[in-house]
Amino acid sequence: MSGELVGLVVVSHSGRLAEGVAEVAAQMAPDVTVKPAGGLPDGGVGTDFEAVLAAVTEAATGAGAVVLYDLGSAQMTAEMAVESLPEPDAAVIVDAPLVEGAIAAAVSAQGGGDRAAVATAARAAAGRPEVADTAGAVEPGGEAESGGEAESGGAGARAEITLVNEVGLHARPAALLARSVADLDADVRVSLGDTDADAKSVFSLMSLTARKGDTVVVTATGAQAEDAVARVTALAERNFDE
Amino acid sequence: MGCNAERVAEVLRAGGATVAEHKAELIELDRAIGDADHGENLDRGFAAVLTALDGGLPETPGAVLKVAATTLISKVGGAAGPLYGTAFLRAATKLGDASELDAAAVAAGLRAALDGVVARGKAEVGDATMVDALAPAVDAAERAQSDGGDPAAVLAAAADAAKEGADSTVPLTARKGRASYLGERSVGHADPGATSTALLLRAFAESAR
Repeated sequence: MSGELVGLVVVSHSGRLAEGVAEVAAQMAPDVTVKPAGGLPDGGVGTDFEAVLAAVTEAATGAGAVVLYDLGSAQMTAEMAVESLPEPDAAVIVDAPLVEGAIAAAVSAQGGGDRAAVATAARAAAGRPEVADTAGAVEPGGEAESGGEAESGGAGARAEITLVNEVGLHARPAALLARSVADLDADVRVSLGDTDADAKSVFSLMSLTARKGDTVVVTATGAQAEDAVARVTALAERNFDE
Repeated sequence: MGCNAERVAEVLRAGGATVAEHKAELIELDRAIGDADHGENLDRGFAAVLTALDGGLPETPGAVLKVAATTLISKVGGAAGPLYGTAFLRAATKLGDASELDAAAVAAGLRAALDGVVARGKAEVGDATMVDALAPAVDAAERAQSDGGDPAAVLAAAADAAKEGADSTVPLTARKGRASYLGERSVGHADPGATSTALLLRAFAESAR
């Protein structure tokens, strides 16, 4: 499975930092290879070329790798490691916030994104995600009902979903939702009140801060709009697998 | 007189000795504006280079420098690893299979090293980095070579210019590396990388005499 997905490498001056970031990212993307490469062989602070090269080599075996780094020399060490690969094009180094970038990249990779898409997801994790103001565009949820109900018509589909899981659209559920629609040919939006989010972006979803008891509206347009709404509805009915 | 592989290895040993000798000074410089690891890292790296050369002397100057490059890349752990590693690697590539280096080759090797450091670290003169020592050193080396200097004279000219260049970083605001986080508070301190570059070139020059 992981052979088909883009792998990730987290290069840090600290072994514990790299492992921690990899741990958090891997939680969002169970099938993605996330390799930490931090610290020196003796446990000290620094970046170890051999360790980075080994991690990049392992992560890049499938659909290539995206490499994130923490500080200056980690970038240079990563560059040298990538240049040392038999096929340097197999890995992309991205300038992205380490934690948010790794998570966004992991979710994108889990959804089957290619190297460019995963790298773009990581870079886009900088700063606050874009949240469109769509006041009036969709009716905020009226009848709260666990699991929600879907309606569809022509070009689009729509469902209202009341969140009954404990953490609402927090990190893990947001990642599951984004992954569930990532491969569909549809523009999928999730809105809460006056704000809406791109359902394929985990950070956009998280920025809604939709909590337990909130009713969100899922709208989709495009060829697979109905599939998209059905998948999100099914996910909510499964209580986001909590 | 040209420099063969054995002489180049001797020059590197002198570089390693000077790094060990000035380790505490480099650590102090880096403690003021960085993460205090430059002296330690460079010393570990050069010690490993000398160990590698003890294990067998490569046949050409370029091959000696390549051993230094790959060892520094593997062992240093901080920014100095990729930067010095790239410098030695580019120089090694430039020298190719030549069995003896004349003054022109030494100057060309230094120029290739500078180009490598700039490509790797993306620093310019004035950013308070090792480029501030290496760039004037290369210019001086090329002038000395075109004036008819031998390899030792070329390295001596480079060392003098590198020392001036390292001193010139004191009033500068660091714009690269860990020191850049300090902004204007980095003013008043010599850059550790520029200082180690000057120390190494001085040791190379004296050893080549």
